[in-house]
Amino acid sequence: MVRSRYIPVALFAFSIIAVQLLTALTDRAQFLTQLTMTGYYSLVIIGLCMLIGYAGQISLGHAGFFAIGGYASAFLTTYNLAPHKEKPVISIFAKTGLLLNVQDLYGGDTLVFNPWLACIAAVAVTVLIAYVIGGPVLKLKGHYLAMATLGFGTIVYKVVLGTSFFGAADGLSDIPGFRLLPGLEVSGKTSIRIQNYYISWGMVLLGMLLLTNLINSRVGRALRSIHSAEDAANAMGINTGRYKLNIFVLSAVFAALGGVFLTHYNGGIGPSEASIMKSVRYVAIVAIGGMANLWGALSMGIILNFLSLRGYFGSYDDAVFGVILILIMLFAPEGLLRREVFRGAKKWLSGRGKAEGQKA
Amino acid sequence: MAGALSRPGLLYHMNIELLSQYLVAGLTYGTIYAIVAIGFNIIYNATGIINFAQGEFVMLGGMIAVSLHHIMPLPAAILAAVLMAMIIGALIEIIFIRWLVSPSVLRMIIITIGISIFIREAALHIWGESVRALPYFTGTEVTVISIGDVHISPQVLWVTGTSAVMVALLTFFFSYTLLGKQMRACAANRDAARLCGISTANMVTLSFVLSAGIGALAGCVVSPITYVQYDSGTGLAIKGFTVAILGGLGNSTAAIAAGLVLGILESFSVWVLPTAFKDVVSISILLLILFVRPSGIFGSVEASRLKEF
Repeated sequence: MVRSRYIPVALFAFSIIAVQLLTALTDRAQFLTQLTMTGYYSLVIIGLCMLIGYAGQISLGHAGFFAIGGYASAFLTTYNLAPHKEKPVISIFAKTGLLLNVQDLYGGDTLVFNPWLACIAAVAVTVLIAYVIGGPVLKLKGHYLAMATLGFGTIVYKVVLGTSFFGAADGLSDIPGFRLLPGLEVSGKTSIRIQNYYISWGMVLLGMLLLTNLINSRVGRALRSIHSAEDAANAMGINTGRYKLNIFVLSAVFAALGGVFLTHYNGGIGPSEASIMKSVRYVAIVAIGGMANLWGALSMGIILNFLSLRGYFGSYDDAVFGVILILIMLFAPEGLLRREVFRGAKKWLSGRGKAEGQKA
Repeated sequence: MAGALSRPGLLYHMNIELLSQYLVAGLTYGTIYAIVAIGFNIIYNATGIINFAQGEFVMLGGMIAVSLHHIMPLPAAILAAVLMAMIIGALIEIIFIRWLVSPSVLRMIIITIGISIFIREAALHIWGESVRALPYFTGTEVTVISIGDVHISPQVLWVTGTSAVMVALLTFFFSYTLLGKQMRACAANRDAARLCGISTANMVTLSFVLSAGIGALAGCVVSPITYVQYDSGTGLAIKGFTVAILGGLGNSTAAIAAGLVLGILESFSVWVLPTAFKDVVSISILLLILFVRPSGIFGSVEASRLKEF
């Protein structure tokens, strides 16, 4: 049983390597850039899949968490502290090595926070906001939950759009790379493209490992019981409120991490990352993947995000996701990739085989 | 508020004239929010679903009227725009909703969101990103009617007047006509209505037609003041929903009062916060109400217990 759970993970790891080798063999290394970005978006999607599919709570505001992570990290790693060097708090930070001296575009010295510290701060802020928002929001159901999360997402969007030190409509740019370890850096430089591809997908792999284990644990069983009958789960002694909240926070952290790393990789972030369309896109991908189906959501996320980032949808980008959303919900509300489909296909095939056999 | 008072020159600005200007602006926007909220309520009462594409009807009304105004006079353009929006509303219901057998709330939310994106993107490809507006119905943008110290654009009177007439007609329709009574019966108890020989499916279509129509008309009269753009529907939808919740979902009379409250609050928030945060104020109000009193300020708590929050 345990072994079978790791087979998909191993297959996934194998295909990550296979795709990289394929791009190297076919001389299409430029694809790696979009694949890396897709990886970070996939983090958001698998987190959201836990929330929508397993805990049964919709969120139309996850782009908000993505943006909170991205913007927090971007702001902390670009805001020049040099003028405040003399202040006691800043000097303590400087002495403990939490600050970095970097050269800006014009060669001037700037003093900024270490990306590690910025990343931890971004996640901490996200956790805090997710707990504060999640408490009351998750008490709501149906339309109210959808509208409340939509409202949250809109607030984040309007705040980053209207705040001058977040760059307003232009967003933040010139974000330095994120040196994870010596020789391992998240940044958009072409020379370390392959390395970044593996960092990104390594993270997705870790995330999948964590989430698949979670699903197959006591927590996962509790979540499924909440999804199918919340009152019954409550009666069985499952603290449904706490489980929902914790999964909400977990999925927010996944989104924030995606935001942090993508921002460092792209070297910038703009308010469009916080827009409602992005949140809806994440929901769409989870829905196509089959709601409670991590691997389905992941594979659909990879395909659709990659096609979208490569620009295959052209100016119909958002429209494509809108139409997909309608079609899926009308004709296959359980998603495209669900077990019944495979089972049905198998039955249909074997049934036809039998029928032909009888004829003969 | 403390921060607001410490701002220099504020007391000077806080005179009656400015106060009344803000009040008028708040009332104008509030009326539109109330109309959007009534659109939400009509569909909610008939089907129990929230149509996330409600704001798009307002946008469509404005956009179609602006385009048609190039080839026909203003009243005809508005009439045609409203009729077209009604047809679109009917088509949406017939194509996407009518044939679904007891769909889950989540499914309906996602479908109507998809429809809203689809309409918005279609509008983007038809009309582009440019901001449009109908001409002022009477006079121009500088025409003012002065009542004492208060200066009102005639368009404001058009907006409030049209909305008042619309509400009166709706009230008449729901209270005195057979069709309106059938729709109310449908909202009260769908099975019982069906037993009385009312076609509930047709009533649902009618509710989409009605709310598309009033949304489009509101979009026409307000477009000279607020302008209209392919994506202006989303903001209106969220505010309309805020108003619908504030008044208690399904209660259209309370929605008018709630709309005016929200419009005025939003307009006065400019005193305390930068204009860019105007939407943040109204959405925060939405979240606050949802957290504290989801039955709405004017709604009954007991009745709301029966609904799914």
